[in-house]
Parts: sequence; C-alpha cells; structure tokens
Amino acid sequence: MSDTPPGDTVLDVRDLHTHFFLRRGVVKAVDGVSFSLKRGEVLGLVGESGCGKSLTALSLMRLLPKGGARTIKGEVLLGGENILERTPSEMREIRGRRISMVLQDPQTSLNPVFSVGDQLREAIERRRKGASLSEIMKEAVAALRRVEIAAPEQRIGQYPHQMSGGMKQRVVGAIAISGEPEVLIADEPTTALDVTIQLQYLKLLKRLQAENGMAILFITHDFGVVGRMCDRVAVMYAGRIVECGPVKQIFEAPQHPYTRALIASVPKMTGPAGRLTTIEGQPPSLMDLPQGCRFASRCALVEQRCLDAYPASVRVGEEHTADCWRVTPP
Amino acid sequence: MSEPLLRVEGLKKHFAFTKGILFARTLGHVKAVDDVSFDIKAGETLGLVGESGCGKTTTSRMILNLEEPTEGRILLEDEPISGLQGAALSAYRAKVQAVFQDPWSSLNPRMKVGRTIAESLIVNDWGDKEKIAARVRELLQQVGLRPEQAEQYPHEFSGGQRQRVALAAALASRPKLIVLDEPVSALDVSIRAQMMNLLKDIQAQDNVAYLLVAHDLATVRHMADHTVVMYLGKIVEKAPTESLFADVRHPYTKALFSAVLVAWPGRSEEEIELRGEVPSPLNPPSGCRFHTRCPWVMPRCSQQEPVLREVSPGHTVACHLFDNA
Repeated sequence: MSDTPPGDTVLDVRDLHTHFFLRRGVVKAVDGVSFSLKRGEVLGLVGESGCGKSLTALSLMRLLPKGGARTIKGEVLLGGENILERTPSEMREIRGRRISMVLQDPQTSLNPVFSVGDQLREAIERRRKGASLSEIMKEAVAALRRVEIAAPEQRIGQYPHQMSGGMKQRVVGAIAISGEPEVLIADEPTTALDVTIQLQYLKLLKRLQAENGMAILFITHDFGVVGRMCDRVAVMYAGRIVECGPVKQIFEAPQHPYTRALIASVPKMTGPAGRLTTIEGQPPSLMDLPQGCRFASRCALVEQRCLDAYPASVRVGEEHTADCWRVTPP
Repeated sequence: MSEPLLRVEGLKKHFAFTKGILFARTLGHVKAVDDVSFDIKAGETLGLVGESGCGKTTTSRMILNLEEPTEGRILLEDEPISGLQGAALSAYRAKVQAVFQDPWSSLNPRMKVGRTIAESLIVNDWGDKEKIAARVRELLQQVGLRPEQAEQYPHEFSGGQRQRVALAAALASRPKLIVLDEPVSALDVSIRAQMMNLLKDIQAQDNVAYLLVAHDLATVRHMADHTVVMYLGKIVEKAPTESLFADVRHPYTKALFSAVLVAWPGRSEEEIELRGEVPSPLNPPSGCRFHTRCPWVMPRCSQQEPVLREVSPGHTVACHLFDNA
C-alpha cells in the first residue's frame, strides 16, 4: 500500500507528447497533456474516439503499441520520480505494483488456456518471491473474494470461458489490484458490460478504492459513468485536455464550448425529449493540426484569435481550468 | 385508430441444445423468445430494450425473416410472413430493411458505396442505370452526404458517415419498416446525436416505421413512441414511452432505470442494485423469471408465472405486484 497520506499527489503528468511516426507523416495523438492525480481520488478522462485518451493511458504504463509510437516529450512523475526515465526492467517492477491497468474487454485481457488461478498466481508470484504454492493459492482465493466472486475456491480452477463477462472483468480487477498499486488506470472497464452489471462493477471499484486508497484514472466516453464515479473530470479533444475541473462544476457550468456541446448532445433521461443538440463537422486530422484552437472549425463562437493561436489554460475556479480565448477568470 | 403495420403474435423461438454429432441427443431448449406479442404502426417507432440474452435481437431477426419462429405469427399489413418464397420474399425484404450496429461489417469494403446502395434497386429491377444512379444521389443527400461520395469506398468514411451509408442502403427500396439494431451505440456522443436527429427527420419525411433494438434507455426515450422491455425471452413491461418513463412499474424495469447512471451528480434517487447475474436461458427460473433477482419477491413469484396486465391505458406489466390492480 502507498505510504503517501490522502490528498497528496501520487501521479503528476506534465506536458506529455506521444506521437506516431509513420511514413505518411506524424500523428500527434497525445500532444501536450498535463494533469495530476491525488491519493484516493478518481479522475475521469473523457473524450470521443481518437482524441488520445487511451494512448495517454498506454503512455503512462509505457506500453505503447508497436509501429512507430514514441513518447517524445514530457514527464510522468509517479510518487515524484519520472518513470519515463526508468529502464524496461525497472518498468516491469513498477507495472502491477505501483501502477496497474484494467482494459475494456476482459475476454482479451485473460488467457483462455490458463485457469483463473494460474493467471492470478502469475501476478502474485512476482511480488512474493519464494512463497510456497499453497500460500500463493490462498492469496489468490482471497483476491477473488475481495472482488466479490461467489465460491472463490471453486472458481479458481475454472477457465475464462466458464465465466460471464461481469465475472471475468472482476477477475481482471483482482489481478490488477493484487499488487496494491498506488494508481489504477481503468480504460472503459464497463463498456462491454450490461447496465445492471456495470452498476455492480462500479460500486465494487469504489469499495476497493475506499479500502486501499488508490488513485483511479477512469477513462470513459460516458458522462453517466463520470457522474457516478469521478471526483474530477478532464475533457480531451484532439490530443489535448481542453477543460478540467470538479465533476459538479463541469456538469453545471462547463466553460469550454466543446464541453458544453458534448454535454448538450447526450440524450437525457429527464427533460424534453425533442431534438438533440449536435456538434457539426469532424475533429481535425491529428496529422495536420491547426495552429490555433483545435475546436475552432466546429465552434459556434469562433473568432479570429481562435484561428491564430492556441489559447492558454485559464483558471476559472478552484481546480477548474479551460483552454479557451473567450473564457475569463472570475 | 389506424391498423398496425406489423403485428407480432405469441412469438416463440426455441433453440435445441444438443450433444453429439451423428446421433445427436437433444438435452434441452434455450427459450430465447417465449411468447412475445406487440404491434408497430406505420410511421411509428417501437423501442425494444433489455440486457444481453433477453431475446431482443432474436425477435428482430425473426421479423427480418432471417430466423423461423418456433411458434406464433408475424404479419406485415395483415399478411403472414412465414413461408414466403421467391418474388413474395423479395417483396417482403424490400418492405422490411435493417441497419445494424457495426457499420464496418455491414458494408462491403471492396465495393464503392454507391454500388452498395444501388444493390437492392438492381436486385428488384427498379429501373435503368441512369434512374438508379439518380436515386443513389438522392439517397446520399437524404442522409446528409454529398452525391459525389457514391464513388468512394467504405474506408474513406468515418464511422458516423458509414452508418449514414448503411441507412441510405436500407432506404433505397422505400421500406415500410426498418429494424435498427443498436444503430448508434458504436458512435461517439456528438455523432450519435446527429444520427438520431437524422433518423427522426427521415421518419417524418417518409413515414417509415422503426423497430429500435437498443440497450440504452435514453436513446429509446428520444426515439421511440412505444417501448417494450424484455427479460429472459419475455416481455415484462410494455407502454407508450412517455408513460413508461413517467411511471416505471415492473421491478426489473425499475432496476434497469436505476442502473442507468444518471449523469448529473447530486441527484439522489432510489437505487436498486440487482444481486447476481441474469440466469441461464437454458434453465430459466420457474414462475416469474425475474424472481431470483427481484427485491420485492413473494412466495407465489416462484410458482406462478405472471401475465401482462394493464395498469394504465396502454401500459401493461407482467408482475404479481399488480395482480389486484
């Protein structure tokens, strides 16, 4: 477990740039992302496909896809040390123990030809070198019990195909937190689950967090999940965070035109069920980003200065920032 | 009251579960759809909601005539659709079209999209080359694309645009009904709103009916006139959408609504967290199929199957809580 007291920053990402270097050009998928994560906090990272939210997560884990992706600039400070400077073997010690990840599809995270127990054992063994098999298996059963899997003694010998989607995602969660990480990155962990199972899983994550105080970076495109799970939320657009702040403030008084339009275009469960507000057009190509604000081509309030230069981050409130020329500090 | 366009009566689909290949033994039946009835009127949208395995897709596949019902009837304009062959089947397919969730898999990557859209017109001998080309241009404009994009291949389009192409192809034969199977769930939030508005505009212009299969309640609320909620092959609640969203009755529907994460923080509503998971449809619970997870379970729920009862005009619920209503 982490030694940092609650409220302290455990993860500080500064000006992160991860680009794909392709023959056709450079895709600036993550292009100047900064945020911090405090102990015991859930930060939501929302945005539409291709905005760079998943690549941000992979950059933090240093698990970039093969084929030209490189982090070329920035710092990822985990407990004060820049993990971008660690060697690959040092990174293997950090991953799983200090920073861990849960992905969208539990089917692809688990190995179909090994039993659940074997896969948990692999995670536990690395941490507890020299422990006997029975000790490790006892710990594996305890790990399954923590994620509220019924009859863990029987489940431990089963294979992934014998489990439902929700249960598999719990197993993935058990593996991810078995090393008591300080930071858990959850990349759309409930998107593949049914709504009633999603609610169970989110509540489980909250309970686990309350037990061990880990910080969670929760990547999603679903504002409903943000409202339920997160303390703060960062909105990403075309490789950058355009607005970041406490969930309540972002929902009630979004400052950036993109955040406002995005929230307005979500079908609601209450209020008038008429036409939805839409955002016309498409995001800019990440190979050919405009020099000004990246949302300018779709923004209803665009001005000349928006096209000329990228706006600075404006502090609009306690822990609330927005990158927009029209926003003024209170 | 106008006559319904499509009537579904007592529809059942049971899949045999067998063991062995040569001398296969039937071990049981998966009752994927079990006694489902509803109507769709011309120009209206019926939303079909439920979680995976509730039978909503199997129901829509039977309506598309891709699956033969075990029991029950489907009637389009009072004509039963079972046993349709040859020209009658082609005519049915022209009247009932579909748009599926994944626009990647519904378009042929080696075919220009104009040709994909024209396909159903060519099959139905709709007219000469010139006439078809003009119709394709018209369709592309109708779905908000440019006519010259007929010459492009699917990979040149974004996900949202590809879904528009799939819609244009479905509209080509001027159908009476389009089955929309999760049409927006693969799309991003901002694109999803565009697509939903487009579907509504087209319905207003062409008076086409939609069967909207979806798991997202908010989408159904914005699109559907009537909503049917299914659980393990059965209809548990059926109502005009407005009445359903104003007054949810069935415990399962209540749980479904409470699980939809109400986005705006600070809203505290009664929250029903269901225990456990959906039971196997191979061996569904006795009596009410929801009784194993229901917070309001009573002794008779496990013995007696509830029937759909009307609780307010047009609003029916299958639950013993409303037996004396």
